[in-house]
Amino acid sequence: MAKQYETVIGLEVHVELATRTKIFCGCSTAFGGEPNTHTCPVCTGMPGSLPVLNRQVLEYAVAVGLATNCTISRYCKFDRKNYFYPDNPQNYQISQLYLPICQKGRVEIDSEDGKKFVGIHEIHMEEDAGKLIHDEWDDCSLVDFNRSGVPLIEIVSEPDMRSANEVIAYLEKLRMIIQYLGASDCKLQEGSMRADVNLSIREVGAKEFGTRTEMKNLNSFRAIARAIEGERERQIDLLEEGKKVVQETRRWDDNRGESYAMRSKEDAQDYRYFPDPDLVPIVLDDAFLEAVREKQPEFREDKMRRYKEEFDIPDYDIEIITESKHMADLFEATVALGSQPKKVSNWLMGETLRLLKEKSMDPEEVGFSPENLAKLILLVDAKAINGSVAKEVFEVMFAQDIDPEKYVEEHGLKTVNDEGALRRTVEEVIAKNPQSVEDYRNGKEKAIGFLVGQTMKAMKGKADPGMVNKLLKELL
Amino acid sequence: MANIISDETIEYVGILAKLELSGEEKEQAKKDMGRMLDYIDKLGELDTKGVEPMSHVFPVKNVFREDVVTNGDIREDILKNAPGKKDGMFVVPRTFE
Repeated sequence: MAKQYETVIGLEVHVELATRTKIFCGCSTAFGGEPNTHTCPVCTGMPGSLPVLNRQVLEYAVAVGLATNCTISRYCKFDRKNYFYPDNPQNYQISQLYLPICQKGRVEIDSEDGKKFVGIHEIHMEEDAGKLIHDEWDDCSLVDFNRSGVPLIEIVSEPDMRSANEVIAYLEKLRMIIQYLGASDCKLQEGSMRADVNLSIREVGAKEFGTRTEMKNLNSFRAIARAIEGERERQIDLLEEGKKVVQETRRWDDNRGESYAMRSKEDAQDYRYFPDPDLVPIVLDDAFLEAVREKQPEFREDKMRRYKEEFDIPDYDIEIITESKHMADLFEATVALGSQPKKVSNWLMGETLRLLKEKSMDPEEVGFSPENLAKLILLVDAKAINGSVAKEVFEVMFAQDIDPEKYVEEHGLKTVNDEGALRRTVEEVIAKNPQSVEDYRNGKEKAIGFLVGQTMKAMKGKADPGMVNKLLKELL
Repeated sequence: MANIISDETIEYVGILAKLELSGEEKEQAKKDMGRMLDYIDKLGELDTKGVEPMSHVFPVKNVFREDVVTNGDIREDILKNAPGKKDGMFVVPRTFE
């Protein structure tokens, strides 16, 4: 019988923090600036410049640590990781090796075999590197240091995952926690969340770990899943052929669906870490931790539990709405304004999700206010506008957050509730469409749909379809 | 000299420091490094049991800045330090992984 192998996976996840400025200087972290316009002597590694820690970076790191059940280091400091690379202007990266800010945490995930915990070995703060652009024309490389010094936290897990599904469940869990904290938008495609996968295999039942490889360049959940499957197969093939797995860093090529070994940087894995003398130690007291703890939001699990008790909406709606903190906030604020929960949920689950998908936007980017959504729901409830007009108004509101009341007023979209006017229109439609009238009277129920449509068209959509239906039946 | 630096060590340190040393320079560096280590060995004579490793010489802690943008665009000044520039960027030898 063929040997059975188990996959052992640990993750290093880098998350770009949502601060306004860099970790050690007052340069903007805004995305998309012209090259090198967000730089200064500190983040370009000029001799004599002095880095000073951004307090917000520390707060975010501690907040993520508390949310992932870590022990927060009361005494921590920064170290220099030395290596030469053109995107690293100091020739060292400021990171934390000896005393990282958070240690020994864990998060709960749903796996194929039920709930399980994934351990967090540590979380440390560090700075990002610049960006290298290859210039084919002049056969040289160009460096943009706008990203140099952008704050990162690196979350190092224990080797507790056993499948691609568990890895993705873990990443989604981290993303949800961090988004709820507002500490990062965690977009894999845009690089604000990056995952390196450490993977080894061993025979089922073996106690020792096998030799692991590290996989880089994974920028979607799909790529991560494919890379894990590919690397597992590659390692099994090696062992089955009697060869050995070499400990190395590999780069995943998602277009080709395979990985290749990265040229080792002259085996310079010797980073000669030492404490950074420019940065003074951080000593955290109870008051600091308490202040961060007090600011922690209600996380998704608690929110879901509370929604179940407080709002009469289906579990499925709760699941979707709480997937984004922004959507959940919008939901709660609209309900607080007096709208019926199910109606609010319907707008979020229906039209909002549809438009987000159509415009490939994230739920976090929804721009309309709870006040305006509440007004729209009120207009529908009062039968001031009908369903299709409401959808039309919603689209405008989604794009520009307009006040639906004013918009309906200004564009004359109010439903005509004047029965006399409606009756006259219905009579005209009946007179103009003798064939459909005939069909209906001969028992073709469907013909009435056409007549309703014609009436709505004549009313420019501003009629209550229920009333039109009623009038038609009455007059036929 | 108590510390003898091997050829392999000096070769390795040269790679880490991105230095190309001639045979003569290597011999000199081996001697210098050996003497530096001898000097540092003096510290080994001290009993440091129970002493926490020191990470900073000044009794200062918790120096932070607020998360407020204070720097503007000084690209022209920054690029004055570039050995070569193109399209607002530093030109470096072709580098890719």
